[in-house]
Amino acid sequence: MINALGIPQRLLLLGGTSDIALAVAREYAAGRPPAVVLAARPGERRTRAAEQLRNLGCAVREIDFDAREPHTHAAVVAEAAADGDIDIAVVAFGLLGDAERAWTDLGTAVELAETNYVGAVSTGVALAARIRTQGHGVVVALSSVAGERPRRSNFVYGSTKAGFDAFYTGLGEALREHGGRVLVVRPGFVRSKMTEGLDDAPLAVSPEQVAKAVVAAVRKGAEQVWVPTPMRAVMSGLRHLPRPVFRRLPI
Amino acid sequence: MTELRRLTGWGRTAATTAYVEPVRRVEDAVAAVRLAGDRGLIARGLGRSYGDAAQNAGGSVLDMTGLDRIVQVDAETRTAVVQAGVTLDTLMRTLLPFGLWVPVLPGTRQVSVGGAIAADVHGKNHHVEGSFGNHVRSVELLTADGVVRTLRPDDASTRDLFWATVGGMGLTGVVLQATVGLHDVDTAYFLVDTERAHDVYDLMQRLAGGDAHYPYSVAWFDSIASGDRLGRAVITRGRAAEVDELPTKLRGRPLRFDAPGLGTVPPGIPGGLVNRITGRAFNELWFRKAPASRRAELQNITTFFHPLDVVADWNRVYGPRGFCQYQFVVPEGAEPVLRRCVQIIAGSGHVSCLNVLKRFGPANRSPLSFPTAGWTLAVDIAVRPGLERLFARLDAMVLEAGGRVYLAKDARLPAAQLRRMYPRLEEFARIRRQVDPAGMFCSDLSRRLEID
Repeated sequence: MINALGIPQRLLLLGGTSDIALAVAREYAAGRPPAVVLAARPGERRTRAAEQLRNLGCAVREIDFDAREPHTHAAVVAEAAADGDIDIAVVAFGLLGDAERAWTDLGTAVELAETNYVGAVSTGVALAARIRTQGHGVVVALSSVAGERPRRSNFVYGSTKAGFDAFYTGLGEALREHGGRVLVVRPGFVRSKMTEGLDDAPLAVSPEQVAKAVVAAVRKGAEQVWVPTPMRAVMSGLRHLPRPVFRRLPI
Repeated sequence: MTELRRLTGWGRTAATTAYVEPVRRVEDAVAAVRLAGDRGLIARGLGRSYGDAAQNAGGSVLDMTGLDRIVQVDAETRTAVVQAGVTLDTLMRTLLPFGLWVPVLPGTRQVSVGGAIAADVHGKNHHVEGSFGNHVRSVELLTADGVVRTLRPDDASTRDLFWATVGGMGLTGVVLQATVGLHDVDTAYFLVDTERAHDVYDLMQRLAGGDAHYPYSVAWFDSIASGDRLGRAVITRGRAAEVDELPTKLRGRPLRFDAPGLGTVPPGIPGGLVNRITGRAFNELWFRKAPASRRAELQNITTFFHPLDVVADWNRVYGPRGFCQYQFVVPEGAEPVLRRCVQIIAGSGHVSCLNVLKRFGPANRSPLSFPTAGWTLAVDIAVRPGLERLFARLDAMVLEAGGRVYLAKDARLPAAQLRRMYPRLEEFARIRRQVDPAGMFCSDLSRRLEID
């Protein structure tokens, strides 16, 4: 259960090796270490992530998860909940990919769409079923400002996040009467392994900053959070720019 | 009909949804137990537990308030047979005209008999009368097998389950009915002595020295003042008035019950109303408005026992994020720990207005009952960031002193701390497993505290 002060007992990290997901777990572990279920592809990265969280006092269980196998997702969530209720599920998997290949190469485009959107939807459906059974639970859905307005430089990724964002925003509404809540997180540029090698965009943040914002938003019962906060105003401005102007921006 | 509803405790924190099933007849409860699903069920009365004791996320919650019949009152043996959903308010109003009195009344009359047993509630007279369970002569308990059992405190074959049910937070089954022992009373009025204590040691000294002379005793303390005024307090102690002690105009109807209502706190109050400034002002005012010393003032039941009952839904003043009550008990001899706790609260930046300190008498036989001989302290604090740090510090000190927190108030204790605070938890779990091996009776509290 999440207690009166917003402290969870058990986290499920889908995309359990994601820098942001792990930062969220570390942020919780700094208070009262929760049990953590790491759902990710097996491998050294997952083992290392588990080790790291165990050192912080978390009881960690690793389970196999592949975003591109939607038919397994219900079973993954059931396995994650085998020891008890999932208080917070962090949906953190996703691909950024090469933006130019993504619209010129069929395989890359489909992979992005299947991982970031289809996989997120099937995961969301499985989580929703679990939350309805539990009568409580929070889904932290890591969206992106890229979904707010598609831009030339990475619109395929942006389109998957636009769909992701709409799905989880709607899921939050649907789960309200069942005691569930969805927090849609819209970070700007996050310095992580996903963006390794790219130059920082303006208002870039670290996974730890995102994690702090997530933990505070869950505690407050918020349904949406922008990281950093000024991103909301920036994106709201960008959203309303005429296309000829927007097109010329160096973003 | 069964209804999917969002439920919280009195502190309005950690809402979850459950299927609420109204119970109007015993058969309704039996049917609910027979049909219970994987997520189990728990009984709920008036929802006055502060935390998550009467919530069961995703499962069933039996609304017991419909089971509200006073079955029998026997003036000869001074007992009342009442269904679980009867409120202490109703019971008291019914009994008073017959000169009978409910021996243990908590800080509100708005609790059900079932809830009073499950939380083993206590009142200002704990040092004399013990807790509610001490006065229960028998309980009709519906257990997981669908059978209704009659439990008695001294009967060799049922006493273990009886005492596990007292203070058992509803986890042994559904209390359907109870026989409660009563006292005689001549009037509905109390003679109250009020005095001030200049700091927390003075307070404890006065309580330790004087409680023996009063059946009822409690103190409110200032949770903000520091330095040499740390824990300054107002002590109110009294006893039931006799008819010839009443003023002439009340003598005609000495058992008349006054329950004035000043109104209801409206919904939608924003958070932050109880803050450092209003809290300080309240604490200052409450201390100053009390007379430095006053003897034998006549007070009615509401003024003396239940001043908060005058305002309905007062929990709303803490705003949408709700509040936590922290109540603990530490043994006699832990006075320095108590002083240190008051100091930590005063220095924490968190604000509490309803601050209570009292001396408990000896514990009863229940493995999970809260009161044990010593000092109990309670504070109400609005939920704000950093509150867990304060509570965790208090937990550590309470544990160190051999104390515990009250489950009916708790909404955040870590499971590991519960095991250390309640050393007889395993005994409770064993008794529970015998009648409910699958853990059908469960609640958000039992999941949070990993009681299984």
